[in-house]
Amino acid sequence: MSGELKLLKPGIHFMMGNIACAEAALIAGCEFYAGYPITPSNEIAEHMSRRMPQLGRHFIQMEDEIASIVAVCGASAAGVKAMTATSGPGFSLMMETIGLSAMLELPCVIVDVQRAGPSTGIPTFVGQGDVMQARWGSHGDYELVVYSPSTVQEFFDLTIEAFNTSEWLRIPVIVLSDEVVGHMYGRLQVPEYDKIKIINRKRYSGPREEYLPYSSETLVPLFVAAGDGFRIHMTGLTHDERGYPSLEIEDSHKLVERLVMKVKKNAKNLWKYETLYLDDADVVVVTFGITARSTEEAVRRARNEGLKVGMIKLLTLWPFPEDPVKVASQYARRILVAEINMGQLIHPVREVAECPVAGINYPVGYVPPPEYILDGIRAAV
Amino acid sequence: MSQKQILKEKIVEESPRDDLIRRERFPHIWCPGCGLGTVLKCYVEAIAASNIPIDKHVIVSGIGCTGRIAGYVRLDSYHVTHGRPIAFAEGMKIVRPDLEVTVISGDGDLVTIGGNHFIHAVRRNVDINVFLVNNFIYGMTGNQMGSTTPLGAKSSTSPYGCPEFPFNLPLLAAALGAPFVARWTTLHVRQLADAMKRALQVKGFAFIEIISPCPVGFGSYNDLREGRDFIKLFLENCIVDHSADLNKVGITLRPGEPIILGNFVDREVPTYHELELEVFRKAGWLK
Amino acid sequence: MSLKLVREPINKHLQKVPLGIIHVIPERCKECGFCIDLCPKDVLTVGEERNIKGYRWPKIADGKATECIACRMCEWICPEFAIFVVEVDRREHV
Repeated sequence: MSGELKLLKPGIHFMMGNIACAEAALIAGCEFYAGYPITPSNEIAEHMSRRMPQLGRHFIQMEDEIASIVAVCGASAAGVKAMTATSGPGFSLMMETIGLSAMLELPCVIVDVQRAGPSTGIPTFVGQGDVMQARWGSHGDYELVVYSPSTVQEFFDLTIEAFNTSEWLRIPVIVLSDEVVGHMYGRLQVPEYDKIKIINRKRYSGPREEYLPYSSETLVPLFVAAGDGFRIHMTGLTHDERGYPSLEIEDSHKLVERLVMKVKKNAKNLWKYETLYLDDADVVVVTFGITARSTEEAVRRARNEGLKVGMIKLLTLWPFPEDPVKVASQYARRILVAEINMGQLIHPVREVAECPVAGINYPVGYVPPPEYILDGIRAAV
Repeated sequence: MSQKQILKEKIVEESPRDDLIRRERFPHIWCPGCGLGTVLKCYVEAIAASNIPIDKHVIVSGIGCTGRIAGYVRLDSYHVTHGRPIAFAEGMKIVRPDLEVTVISGDGDLVTIGGNHFIHAVRRNVDINVFLVNNFIYGMTGNQMGSTTPLGAKSSTSPYGCPEFPFNLPLLAAALGAPFVARWTTLHVRQLADAMKRALQVKGFAFIEIISPCPVGFGSYNDLREGRDFIKLFLENCIVDHSADLNKVGITLRPGEPIILGNFVDREVPTYHELELEVFRKAGWLK
Repeated sequence: MSLKLVREPINKHLQKVPLGIIHVIPERCKECGFCIDLCPKDVLTVGEERNIKGYRWPKIADGKATECIACRMCEWICPEFAIFVVEVDRREHV
């Protein structure tokens, strides 16, 4: 199949994180890419501009990030898998439309290659300052899923996972990468194609008159695309099961609750994380993204010094993996949250932790060296 | 039986075009005297007369009084965020060129907040239809001025008269290269429906500016308090001139100054989709 | 140009003038007055009965029923889809 469709051959590759992300999107079945240039995500757009037409798929560079994510939603409404990639400033622009995607329940994937902020910040340097925004950026109640890769392999795997989750739950899914993971070269193993799981949104195929676009019979309604002949109405206004705007209290309650429960009820299935030396750890470092790479080295050095340290690398940031953090906090004396910002992931950690939590924060723009994290660990021990 | 009895008006509960409107939601929310219902009527007539299957028509709208039209027409309809229907329609049309995608939204939505998307969609010449209803005001939010509010006109945010020049939309669209540019009012129902029918056939960005009464909103600030006052204004001041100099078709709404209507531009321009085929050829996907 | 040049067609007696039967959906009417104002034959006028929202839907003015020529201006201009015309053969009704 891969030979036919000109996708990456199964086997070992060595490539840049951003390129791995783009290739993963192609494998996942992305048929529409709309984006706007922004450092450090440009390699994704540039690669897609070359590869999408080779596969008969559509690439378009829009006039701004808002147009990009809106066009992605339009393509999704027409029934295809669609994505965009951006960084902090563009991500901020997309917030209203992320809400639209959540409200209309149009699957889409947004890659945010984080850079130093706030505002224009340092476009070419790393940051991890979009953690909260990825979860809470848009107004109102909704839930989405945010994945965070720390290696080229994870960027590849989590991009495919992002498409799958987005199609399964009909939500916007964010791949929250960062400039270093995006620009680093690394080992990538592409599995045999029959081993790669691809999920497509479930479509309705019953009688036309009985179709309810936003039925609350199940958590995720069945989808129909524009032009399928169902003459549906989709609106960003709070709506009833027919999709028509409604002011009724039951409709608002049913809809908003279902948008949130879609993810909440499936949270445990969505938690992806890796642990290291957790069994007897007194101090546990919770981290993600490029900081996890540094932290792993720091934890190994700490163990060599005889310190009982462990780490949890979160691959899913939202919905926040409460159970592993809570369980770790029941056995550890201290939890440390290492991130390249002034403290964002530390908040959900504190919410569930049963022991004191402190942050290891590094100036935005730079990767904390293992020694710095080790100092933070030593201070906590 | 007396002939006059047969010729009384008949009281019924359905109209012939009810199959194309979401009649369960009627009467609609628009004010008495508002022109939007007429726009809906002309659009419904145009799609019925088009030889495109009804199931292939898609309507995308934004926020505002005009935006509500998506909820009243029985088509695949998408009522998206403020200013963005054109970008949404582009994404949809590019992946499904078999669909007939029409954007119907207001002046605030399409060329004020949505101005950037408008400009670029015309530039790209994506094959969508954009019917912009211009009532010179932001009606739904309480009658604030917008980019088409005439100079000196009153509104809730221009109590001393609007200090800005408005857009000349036909000039703008034509200058950007649109293949089809027309302007009609809701009084000129048949010409409007014909222009819509033509727009549905046009390959590329087909643009119609529809001047519409807003008696409760714009009208109450500018001495046009009823729908019939607008009709009178249209009857007295509208001039049809298909070959008008677009530099001179700006609207001032000052007494005696004409509102120029017509099918101003109808030309062939390569569409985005045709140009994209070249990309597919060069990439090796097409021969 | 002299008006004397305008002649009466010799087949005028064979010409058919359309006749329309006006249909109204009272609950949809919002009394905007467009149909009344724009009827070229002044067939319509404000009715006496009010619908549930208090609007008076149009009725045919006294003695005007046969003057409707089925131009459908009322049907086209009505923003409410509240009025439409069915064309019939005038010779069968008048």
